[in-house]
Amino acid sequence: MSEIEDKMPETGEAVPMIELIDVRKSFGAKKVLDGVNLRVTKGESLAVMGGSGTGKSVMLKCILGLMKPDSGSILIAGEPMTGATSRDQQRLRAHFGMLFQGGALFDSLPIWRNVTFALTNGRGGHRKEMRDRAAMLLERVGLGSEVLDLRPSSLSGGMQKRAALARAIAHEPDILFFDEPTTGLDPVLAGRINRLIVQLVKEMGATAVTITHDLHSARTIADRVAMLHQGKVIWDGPASSLDNSGNEIVDDFVKGLE
Amino acid sequence: MMLILRMLAGLGRAVIGVFAGAGRLVIFAAQVIRAALLPPYYFGRLLEQMALIGWFSLPVVGLTALFTGAALAQQIYIGGGRFNAESTVPAIVVFGMIRELGPVLVGLMVAGRVASAMAAELGTMRVTEQIDALATLRADPFRWLIAPRLVAGVLMLPLLVMVANAIGIMGGWLLSVNKLGFNSGAYLATTRKFIEHDDFVMALMKAAVFGFFIALLGCYHGYRASGGAAGVGAATTRAVVSSFIMILLSNLIITLAVFG
Repeated sequence: MSEIEDKMPETGEAVPMIELIDVRKSFGAKKVLDGVNLRVTKGESLAVMGGSGTGKSVMLKCILGLMKPDSGSILIAGEPMTGATSRDQQRLRAHFGMLFQGGALFDSLPIWRNVTFALTNGRGGHRKEMRDRAAMLLERVGLGSEVLDLRPSSLSGGMQKRAALARAIAHEPDILFFDEPTTGLDPVLAGRINRLIVQLVKEMGATAVTITHDLHSARTIADRVAMLHQGKVIWDGPASSLDNSGNEIVDDFVKGLE
Repeated sequence: MMLILRMLAGLGRAVIGVFAGAGRLVIFAAQVIRAALLPPYYFGRLLEQMALIGWFSLPVVGLTALFTGAALAQQIYIGGGRFNAESTVPAIVVFGMIRELGPVLVGLMVAGRVASAMAAELGTMRVTEQIDALATLRADPFRWLIAPRLVAGVLMLPLLVMVANAIGIMGGWLLSVNKLGFNSGAYLATTRKFIEHDDFVMALMKAAVFGFFIALLGCYHGYRASGGAAGVGAATTRAVVSSFIMILLSNLIITLAVFG
């Protein structure tokens, strides 16, 4: 069992898997995150929505520890990510699986080494065992073993996304992050990726955070939606309430209005 | 008055920018050296980089050294002829190649080939989020990407310089014997007489320093690239120009420190 699972404080309330408390981040005079507060509980699937430039990706990078917020704190299963030593950040990242927008597969490595990267820590050993593991993982995302030795550039956009998904789940993480999982894909392929994400999150019992501006994707993947606008969470509710949120900005976003 | 203030402010910003940039580079270098010295080590990655920097640079380094050694011999022959000192050709080819031309030419050729490739590769990895992906997969980009390149640069440049010196001296010998009428045995005997241990050590030291700067600046500019394809292009240019400058500057400093 994962060391960060099932932490219960004395009050009996489960510790959120991810908690952001008054997180702020500016680039020069531009406030990108202006006091973000957010909680994601275990097993929940949250979609963070918002227009371009509303700080979704910056928020995600702060959670992953790739970017340091100016103030506020980020807790992963009750443990601080902000201000943690790089060793502690690395330890916390063992619980993360991340699907990047463009896949971010390593061009210099064949697919099987990409997929097993988290298991080998980037080393080339245990070739037979790792190729078998990669083949199994690729099968889970609907890819055949014929892609094992190919370089990422030989794969189509959809196949790259699947391979990147296989890489993200290889070490059975507790928390999965998806950054714009359907961007750049045609509607059929986007639907397939959405269904695949739902299936994997369910099978793994993982907590999921999806950054998206694709409404259909958010409705398919998420239980709950948080709307980010001008660096703040301005609405947070069940995905089923998106159409009657009672929030003007959410309504405009749903209807595609300025 | 306002114009003067604006000019002073611009000058101040430029000076602060230079110092801030130097500070960032020094911190980056310290992080890379730390990553190179402390485990985990990635020997497979190191061997890969040694092959890319050393083995695959051999053709360009060899050809450059051969042509330069031959041209040097020709120039010294003509220049020396004015003072009836044509016989100095072997000695000056040895001095010229080992002390200056070998290390500097290899440094510049490898900088053009390798610093640009490193900046382009790391820059592309940065803008396509592959470096972020490395971090989320718990591989330290400094250990996995940069330290092997730096160590390979420091190890391979001295080897390349040794090869270049040998080929450059051979280029001078080939031209002198075949075109300028030198006696082969006498030329080689003079060459051997003028190869000095200290010069050789200094050449290797210079090469290691150049290798350090080539890999450091190639990786630094690539790692900090931003802004898509244009950003990667700009990073590549900065990597090549800055490594050229650092090679020539450190060459002067080492030469002055040893011979000054």
